[in-house]
Amino acid sequence: MSTIDRAKLLDIYTRTMKVNRTDEKFRSLLMQGKVAVMYYCVRGQELVSAAAMAALTDDDYVVCTYRGQGEQTAKGIPPELWWAECLGKVTGTCKGKGGTMHITYPEKGIMVTTGVVGSGLPIATGLAMASQNNGDGKVTLVSFGDGAANIGGFHEAMNMAQLYKLPVVFLCQNNRYGEHTAFADHTSSESISARAAGYGMRGVLVDGNDVNAVYPAVQEAVDRARAGEGPTLVEAMCYRMMGHFFGADFSYMPKEHLAEMNREDPLPKLRAVMLDHQFSEEELDAIVAGIDAEIDGAVAAALAADLPGAEELAIDVFETPLVEAH
Amino acid sequence: MAEITLAQALNKAIDEAMAEDAGVFCLGEDVSAKQGGGVFKITSGLTEKYGENRVRATPISETAIVGAAVGAALAGQRPIAEIMLMNFVGVCMDQIVNHAAKLRFMSGGQTNVPLVIRTTTGVGVGFGGQHSDMLEAWFAHVAGIHVVTPSNAADARGLMRAAIDCNDPVIFIENILCYGLKAEDPGPGYRVPLGKAAVAREGSDISLITYGRTVLDALAVADDLAKEGISVEVIDLRTIAPYDEATVLASVRKTGLAITLHEAVRPFGTGAELAANIQEKCWDSLKGPVRRIGGTFSPVPFATVLEQAWIPNKGQIVGQIKAALGKG
Repeated sequence: MSTIDRAKLLDIYTRTMKVNRTDEKFRSLLMQGKVAVMYYCVRGQELVSAAAMAALTDDDYVVCTYRGQGEQTAKGIPPELWWAECLGKVTGTCKGKGGTMHITYPEKGIMVTTGVVGSGLPIATGLAMASQNNGDGKVTLVSFGDGAANIGGFHEAMNMAQLYKLPVVFLCQNNRYGEHTAFADHTSSESISARAAGYGMRGVLVDGNDVNAVYPAVQEAVDRARAGEGPTLVEAMCYRMMGHFFGADFSYMPKEHLAEMNREDPLPKLRAVMLDHQFSEEELDAIVAGIDAEIDGAVAAALAADLPGAEELAIDVFETPLVEAH
Repeated sequence: MAEITLAQALNKAIDEAMAEDAGVFCLGEDVSAKQGGGVFKITSGLTEKYGENRVRATPISETAIVGAAVGAALAGQRPIAEIMLMNFVGVCMDQIVNHAAKLRFMSGGQTNVPLVIRTTTGVGVGFGGQHSDMLEAWFAHVAGIHVVTPSNAADARGLMRAAIDCNDPVIFIENILCYGLKAEDPGPGYRVPLGKAAVAREGSDISLITYGRTVLDALAVADDLAKEGISVEVIDLRTIAPYDEATVLASVRKTGLAITLHEAVRPFGTGAELAANIQEKCWDSLKGPVRRIGGTFSPVPFATVLEQAWIPNKGQIVGQIKAALGKG
């Protein structure tokens, strides 16, 4: 049985399914040709994002990546705003000027979604620095993939965060592929979390497909950060069950890898945990049906929403709108 | 009022901003008291007043310095990040160009980055190819960044306060050779608005448009030529981007001739943008082509004799002015 209480399990399940159903819907719209935008699928990583977001408060800060739908949805961006942004509508979180790779929603702590691998870690370090400076008690969590662990900013941020004992959690979603390159072909160390020792930081390696492993690990890291005990590098092992982005070929993944990832799919495992805790099939199905209805409504509204006007090009470049583009 | 150096002016501006707003803090290599208050002492005395959290000595990690500053700025603080020498921006361009500059726009105005990046540079001290470049054009080319450089101590004080007040990122370029320049202290609270050029010297025959250290050369040349009856108007942009187009165009419409002058290399420099814009908008007033003076198109050399040959000099400026006036 789980050490996680029933209310928290239900919370994690709901967030996980919101992420999953959003992902399914996006792929279905893309397949049908109803939308044509870049989308980085999160199938296989729903639980890691949901469990991590369930460990934070609404006010805590999150920095994520272009594959950030999981964090964005699970942290609570209203679906109608999220979908409108992904469809490039003026009613979106960012008025259609950010798009799928740059979703921002500070109201729920989604401070930056970066399209540049590894660039989120230094920024998260700074958000945590602000919290240390002003004592607001917030924790910052930055999510990134295994590919990001090999760029310089990762190392600079890890060292700086530990040096100042900043309230930040580094969450590496090790989905075993950096773009098209398998983990063993891009990283010489056996894990990312083992590198934490090199910075004098606490490092934790967990199974990201097991709610009983990933949620407590992130929650402990968040609690320690909030208590002033400094950063943790949490590496959650998971699988990217699709190509790098929607429509991308992933025939480079070996058959054994595909079999292993299907076996480890976090969703049936989570459902089994829920059933173990006396949540009924009907109850769980009703949650998903409610989520689907909300998503359908949000998509319909986003499809019908207005496009941004050209005047937006002069707005938000600087605080004062540009009078004339030089 | 007493005289202050440009270096002291920067220190005073930062000090008073930190005193007024607890969200203002400094970070960078060697900036705190333990390291002597920075290589050029601009942050000296601040740790003692505001503590180490607000004067953070960082590792040699430019990406983390600027990235952390971006993050803190997103959280509502007003970081002043120091990139010790301008060439080191090459290490952290992603954070400046892809993040600091663009987050306001990409978030649809939900977030903003009130960040000052102080950096120093300058040709003429024998620092060679990797410690001397003026790279303002790199940033002027990116939407979302203010690029500022003072040519005198009073402006340094006023521009630094305005830069700290600014709700968008500012690249604040200091010239090593200008730190010792003295001026009357404009006093506490003094601000020079961003985006406002100064007519550093009025004239009627030709407009010499420049900024930073080369303002000194421009003024010296204008003094010399006045003795020959040539009246040079010197425009000090102060904010390189977005620049004060109205002041520049008004000057050129008055004189009918313009020369741009900067220490950075000439090809693809800010002078080219100024020249193109002037020719588009002042064509009917122009009596001749806009001329450009800039550094030689090679890496900055080490040997003093080469360095002096590299840098735009007063003789060149005089020559260009006389040629433009048909007095060559």
